[in-house]
Amino acid sequence: MAARRETRSFGDSVQRNNDPPLLRGEGSFIDDIHLPGALHAAFHRSSVARARIKSVDTAAAERYPGVVAVYTHKNIGALDLEFPLLIPHPSIAAKTQRPLAKGDVYYVGQCIAMVIAADRYTAEDATRLIEVDYEPLGVEMDIERAIEAGAPLVHPDVANNIAARFVQTSGDPDRAFAAAEHCTKIKVRVERSTAAPLECRAIAARWDHVTGELLVWDSTQATLSVRGGLASIFRLDEDKVRVVAPNVGGGFGQKIMMFHPDEVLVPYAAIQLGRPVKYIEDRVENFIGASQERLQVHEIELAARKDGTVLGLRDSFLHDTGAFIPYGIAVAQVASTSIAGPYRIPDIWVEFKAVYTPAVQVTPYRGCGRPHACFAIERAMDQLADELGLDRFEVRRRNFIQPHEFPYKREGLLFADGLAVNYDSGEYARALDLVQRKLDVAAFKQEQAAARARGRYLGLGLACYVEGTGLGPYEGGHVKVHPITGKVYVNTGLTCQGQGHETVFAQIAADQVGCNVEDVIVVVGDTKAFEWGVATFASRAAVVSGNAVHKAALIARRQILEAAANMLEVAQSDLELRDGAAWVIGSNRSVTLAEIATATNPLRYAFNEAAKSATQFAPASKHDGPPLAEGQHPGIEATDYYSPPHATWANGVHAAIVEVDPELCTIDVKRYVCVHDCGKMINPTIVEGQVMGGIAQGMGGAFYERIEFDRDGNPVNANFMDFLVPYATEVPDVEMVHLETPSPLNPLGVKGVGEAGCIAVGQVIASAIEDALKPLGIAPIREVPLSPNAIHAILAAARRRPAAE
Amino acid sequence: MKPALFQYVAPESLDAAITELAGDEGARPLAGGQSLIPTLNFRLAAPSKLVDLRKIEALRGIRVEGNVIRVGAMTRHRELELDEAAHRANPLIRDVLGNVAHIIVRNRGTIGGSLAHADASAELPCLLVATGGSVVARGPKGERTIAAEDFFHFHLTTALEQGEVLTEVRIPTLAPGTGYAFLEVARRHGDYALAGVCALVMVGSGGACTVARLAACGIAPKATRLIDAEKALVGVRADGSFEIAAQAARRYVTTGDDRNASTAFRQDLVATLVKRTVATAFSRVAR
Amino acid sequence: MSRRIRPSDTVASADPKVRVSLTVNGEQVTRDVSPRLLLSDFLRHELGLTGTHVGCEHGVCGCCTVIIDGRAGRSCLAFAVQADGADIRTIESVAKPDGTLHPVQQAFRECHALQCGYCTPGFVMAIVNYLEEDPTPDLSEDAIREALSGNLCRCTGYKNIVAAFRRSVELMRGAGG
Repeated sequence: MAARRETRSFGDSVQRNNDPPLLRGEGSFIDDIHLPGALHAAFHRSSVARARIKSVDTAAAERYPGVVAVYTHKNIGALDLEFPLLIPHPSIAAKTQRPLAKGDVYYVGQCIAMVIAADRYTAEDATRLIEVDYEPLGVEMDIERAIEAGAPLVHPDVANNIAARFVQTSGDPDRAFAAAEHCTKIKVRVERSTAAPLECRAIAARWDHVTGELLVWDSTQATLSVRGGLASIFRLDEDKVRVVAPNVGGGFGQKIMMFHPDEVLVPYAAIQLGRPVKYIEDRVENFIGASQERLQVHEIELAARKDGTVLGLRDSFLHDTGAFIPYGIAVAQVASTSIAGPYRIPDIWVEFKAVYTPAVQVTPYRGCGRPHACFAIERAMDQLADELGLDRFEVRRRNFIQPHEFPYKREGLLFADGLAVNYDSGEYARALDLVQRKLDVAAFKQEQAAARARGRYLGLGLACYVEGTGLGPYEGGHVKVHPITGKVYVNTGLTCQGQGHETVFAQIAADQVGCNVEDVIVVVGDTKAFEWGVATFASRAAVVSGNAVHKAALIARRQILEAAANMLEVAQSDLELRDGAAWVIGSNRSVTLAEIATATNPLRYAFNEAAKSATQFAPASKHDGPPLAEGQHPGIEATDYYSPPHATWANGVHAAIVEVDPELCTIDVKRYVCVHDCGKMINPTIVEGQVMGGIAQGMGGAFYERIEFDRDGNPVNANFMDFLVPYATEVPDVEMVHLETPSPLNPLGVKGVGEAGCIAVGQVIASAIEDALKPLGIAPIREVPLSPNAIHAILAAARRRPAAE
Repeated sequence: MKPALFQYVAPESLDAAITELAGDEGARPLAGGQSLIPTLNFRLAAPSKLVDLRKIEALRGIRVEGNVIRVGAMTRHRELELDEAAHRANPLIRDVLGNVAHIIVRNRGTIGGSLAHADASAELPCLLVATGGSVVARGPKGERTIAAEDFFHFHLTTALEQGEVLTEVRIPTLAPGTGYAFLEVARRHGDYALAGVCALVMVGSGGACTVARLAACGIAPKATRLIDAEKALVGVRADGSFEIAAQAARRYVTTGDDRNASTAFRQDLVATLVKRTVATAFSRVAR
Repeated sequence: MSRRIRPSDTVASADPKVRVSLTVNGEQVTRDVSPRLLLSDFLRHELGLTGTHVGCEHGVCGCCTVIIDGRAGRSCLAFAVQADGADIRTIESVAKPDGTLHPVQQAFRECHALQCGYCTPGFVMAIVNYLEEDPTPDLSEDAIREALSGNLCRCTGYKNIVAAFRRSVELMRGAGG
């Protein structure tokens, strides 16, 4: 038989198919959508962190020229509710906020009133005319003090500000600690940060009173979930609510959260006022009103043998949840279940307390707890190596789970999907080897010594991480061949914020259906296009939607082969699919996808040449029985779903060489190497882009990004001048090495990668600086971010310490 | 973040601008807008009137005349940065301007606007103080020249009175053979300095420093001459020690601990920056 | 849903209007605008040129970068009234009328230098103007990153944008592949 010439684009760095419009400025981000007659929303937000509201006077705002309506909790009808607890868990003393504050405010930035006006300028003017009389209450912004007796309570009925306390145990940690030859205990801290996508949140709503349909454009990662919520809240049938996320300018987890107050208030105003309403969040509002994340304080202890084998781990941490906990304990849960990293450590005890503080809510930001876990365990592993006098690379090797040990389960640790942590595959030692070779660690040690002799301080930092990805519950895929153009339409229920789903899902479908990637049109983020699914978060789109699209494409492929075999009068095994057609192998006989799709759709009217062959009098049409047989459907179309058995675990190793200038306290990252393994890569260039983007955000968290509040809970740096997001000059180039250890859990063998880049960076930088400044007798570095001021304090403390013996 | 409403005028003559400004206490001049407009968008400032200076020809132009470079106040940073004649006359200018924000901001921001804004951490005031420049201002009472050391009062406050417009900036040329350097530490490229030092060094025939001028930004409410450090450099050679000068510089740090830097850090920074800029300046002294 | 009285369609801002005349992408436009209308809002909403994006409104992120009188500038830090008589170019002027990508845009595509696309028009305008000013720039890593340092990107980590800068220079020289 002649050789098959089907091509596969899976694994190719195919250029993205939706870039040209974006490059020409033709994207449709929410505020780009022109809605004639739209009104604009602005909010009066609390200027006090914690207070009783004595009165709200909106009279002047209501009278202001150009203002159409002013809303407070008093006139929003059934919307005066507490938002749902999205991910319930028995450990939570749940508090969620109201769309508009009632009675009390709990953080600076909380929405008290909404103004709807002719334009945003006018609306902002009017918000400033609203007068709120506050009775300020005590606040405690420090999470360690917030849980102590006597600390001011954010919620009067939540003792010690503890929103949730949860303990998980795997194995027998008490036994491990009793058997330990050496224990290492450290305390580490990661500071508040925020996702800061360049497009702030945005929402526009239009109520069509003719069709009774609510149409909402929302810069969200969760269109289907938002639709479900809006349908519930507004008591509309789900088919009467359509949520569309057109282009979204970055999400990074911030846009997974629902509901933000505007997400219900803007549709409400659109319905009430009979005009479209837009709310375009501004940057200050994004800082004070959207969400933040990253503040955790870990006390982590390792029980080990003298050879560095870690027998057990105990970790107790505080997790800041802000004033409300609508997203439940997801971030803390992911941190606690990622705490043992890529190491065996069979016996684990991990406890966390989620703490209410009078600040904006904490919801997941890229990494969702994994960066914290990596920072804690890796700082501890470095400390252990140091105390035992062992090489830190070697200590890691001795503890890695080995390839033959997979699947490796941690009973008692339930991951974010509610299932036991179960590592499916990985080559952790190989990843470390690759880094060691790429960086030439042996040569570096000589270089470091020579530099020290010349008064220069070079250091090497190292971090190993794992990343649980690809959670359920499920996603769906829909594949259809359009009979007129022969192009392939693909849909899934989740959304895209720049990750290249439109290309990656096209590659998957194209491989099965045999067309060019450019001829696959992927439409996501529209509840009308596909109605089943969850959302984009937790590095799951490639795994869950990717496999769902793959499964649907497989069905479509079978349909195509069956129909083509009939049309060409050959056996299916004689056919191959490529270049948008079915070919008899070894010949030029073929039928195009358009023809196949047309032929399988019995037609009355011939729209074009191909359609003629499907009409009732054409020779190829069936003449016995119904044109469409029982159980058959017209055209080429398939829908299927993928529900992962549990998360699939990606991993990686990062390392860097830095130079510290101990006088200016500045850091130069001279080399940064990243080995990452996300299983089979659908599009390596897109994967690299995700990893590099994550690393840049990690750099932000390692050096620059720190949301700060003063003692009274006032945000101190709620803008881009004072909250420092890195420019190109602050992010190094990165050398990336791909490892592909397939996932055994799904047909495509893929693992998620969206969050990979940011997990390890804090630890890499902290350990590199520590390694560089060791000769100066500094104390170990236990906190990020590391500003020059922080480096200075570390060095100054070292100078004050009495010299070592 | 939209600004509050204001009246807007764009007069074509300096006198008209002065009249507008003098007649309305809430009126502010609008130059490049790179510092002013953010404050309006944040509603930290709400002037009743903006007097746009962009049409006033008299505020433009860069001329090297003798030992002074005369820069029209509305000259964009980028124009001065790229001006070859100005660069030949005083190469410190280009070094300093390269640290001011980013090119896109320097395209619009103006020399006069930045000096009138007088941020304590800004680089241009430091340049003007180090070189001993001056500004020319014109107001309802007429025209006056104000030396740099008298112009900057404290953070965001200058000697300008209501109704006065800064019309020209006068930057001295560097005498042949003068060594120069500027170095700052900022959180990110283009950010305001945690501390920055401008150094000018002149050397005698024996190789020892005869005159030094040092100024720092970011360490006090205004750009500050480090006079005791300058004195300590007289007689010092390129291969000598700058330690006394560096230590003397520390005394000029008056900024308290803030979120970006502790006083102790700024003290250490200014000492190090003095050493490094003086070393670089020495290396640039023409033989 | 109970039928509410629809608010008057003529509700409008009380701001006074100032006439501005300027050239945008080669076309003369004359509009009456509030003096406080930001140039970014003017371009996006008055003229419908929504390719210029808004990320911060205080001059840090660069998403709003356009070319004003031949020099790249932040449109959020200018009022429309300041642009009276000016010549403005936005992202919409960069590709050919038939949609063919400009070399800088083509370079971005080839190098995967965009993900969500929100910062992209700002980068393209900045680089187009930079290369107009200096067609043979220093192509070292440090020099390119410095040239790019006025624009934020939260998605790409800049590595591919640096590559796209280099590729832009190649394409504009006609060096091809």
